[in-house]
Amino acid sequence: MRPDLANDVLRLTGEHLVLVASSMAAAILLGVPAGILLTRRAGLRKWLLGFANVAQTIPSLALFGFLIPIPLIGGIGPRTVIVSLALYALLPIVRNTFVGIAGVDAAVCESAVAMGMSDGQLLRQVQLPLAAQTIFAGIRIATVTTIGTATIGAAIGGGGLGVFIFRGIASVDSAQILAGAVPAAVLALLADGGFGWIERRLSPA
Amino acid sequence: MPLVEFRDVGYRIAGRDILAHVSFTLDAGDTLVLLGRSGSGKTTALKMTNGMVFPTSGQVLVEGRATTEWDPIRLKRRIGYVIQEVGLFPHFTVAENIGLVPKLEGWSRPDVERRVNELLEEIGLGSPEFRTRYPRQLSGGQRQRVGVARALAADPALLLFDEPFGALDPITRRELQQQFLALTRDSHKASLFVTHDVREALRLGTRVALLAGGRLETVATPQEFRRASTGQARAFLAGLED
Ligand SMILES: Nc1ncnc2c1ncn2[C@@H]1O[C@H](COP(=O)(O)OP(=O)(O)OP(=O)(O)O)[C@@H](O)[C@H]1O
Ligand SMILES: [Mg+2]
Repeated sequence: MRPDLANDVLRLTGEHLVLVASSMAAAILLGVPAGILLTRRAGLRKWLLGFANVAQTIPSLALFGFLIPIPLIGGIGPRTVIVSLALYALLPIVRNTFVGIAGVDAAVCESAVAMGMSDGQLLRQVQLPLAAQTIFAGIRIATVTTIGTATIGAAIGGGGLGVFIFRGIASVDSAQILAGAVPAAVLALLADGGFGWIERRLSPA
Repeated sequence: MPLVEFRDVGYRIAGRDILAHVSFTLDAGDTLVLLGRSGSGKTTALKMTNGMVFPTSGQVLVEGRATTEWDPIRLKRRIGYVIQEVGLFPHFTVAENIGLVPKLEGWSRPDVERRVNELLEEIGLGSPEFRTRYPRQLSGGQRQRVGVARALAADPALLLFDEPFGALDPITRRELQQQFLALTRDSHKASLFVTHDVREALRLGTRVALLAGGRLETVATPQEFRRASTGQARAFLAGLED
């Protein structure tokens, strides 16, 4: 491998990781509380899950198109990419948080209430620990998907490993395409393995 | 003042009366057994006592105050409750399960520890290996004992038991009933004990209340109950003969 190519791979992998990490951080910070909110407010369930579902069905290029003209979150560059990736990652996180908590044995929750736990204590001491594995599975799926999807970000100047892929397509150069695709695949595998390992550690008792 | 008083309590949902015109009192030193068939409203009556369900008519008074007037958390912390499904926390050890309410109440760590050990001893799980086990590593009967210990932990004056000894072999059941009598033989405590087993009702109760279709058919001492002539009481007593 030429040294300048090796340098590019490192730099673009770094950019890629920043895209993925920022969008996942945003998706987790929004998605977990949203999922918790759904277990508390039945009325919101249809709306929020519906929104997350719809967000996921919009083709990513179209979503970029919608976001670019929006001030503050839009524009050309990584910011728009991060916002869109976060929107895509939202559904699995919200859904798994909701399903994980709703799936905690009703008798266990009932006894927690009967013992005089407040809603916050029920959530922190009982529901979140027992749902942690399911919530984490959602984060894992979202992360792995995001690593792949983030390659499209290069289409609007977001940087990352997609730069190689788009360049390779434009110049019909499969070496360039591989220079983007292989590191992205490796990142996805590493993320999957790493998160899977943590997930198994989280198994309640 | 009675510890618990049901005043003409009714609970109606979706046009159906789950409980209707239920009145009784429970004093310190008493064990009132709620006896009734499946669906007669026993669990609902227990949940009304600690404010998990509120009457749609009438009042439930605890220590003279309506459950609707109590701070919901304070009320529940003052009452020990063994729910029908036990509901131990699967991610807590036996010791953590038992120490839960004392810890919520802010007891110091050594006090919680001491109380947990004392209770483990009393329920016959005193050997140290049990402390650190998780509920799934216990037999059904052991889990039920831990559920009872958890309800007793903060030494509440009022105890609610929802069929705590269901689904046990007759010998273990008998053993646990003896333990129950030993643990509740305290003139300052009162218990509401739900069962559909007439033998258990007569053995444990200082009074037996028969619930049929959400109404109290009879409230009597075990001696009086044996001579009761109402329909369901006779049906239950017939079960004693086989
Ligand atoms: N939340 C609810 N919504 C509708 N019906 C309910 C509800 N809770 C209880 N019921 C009904 O109220 C009746 C009494 O229920 P409850 O749980 O008090 O019975 P139980 O005497 O404890 O029965 P079991 O011995 O089977 O536990 C039942 O017919 C039940 O279906
Ligand atoms: Mg019941």
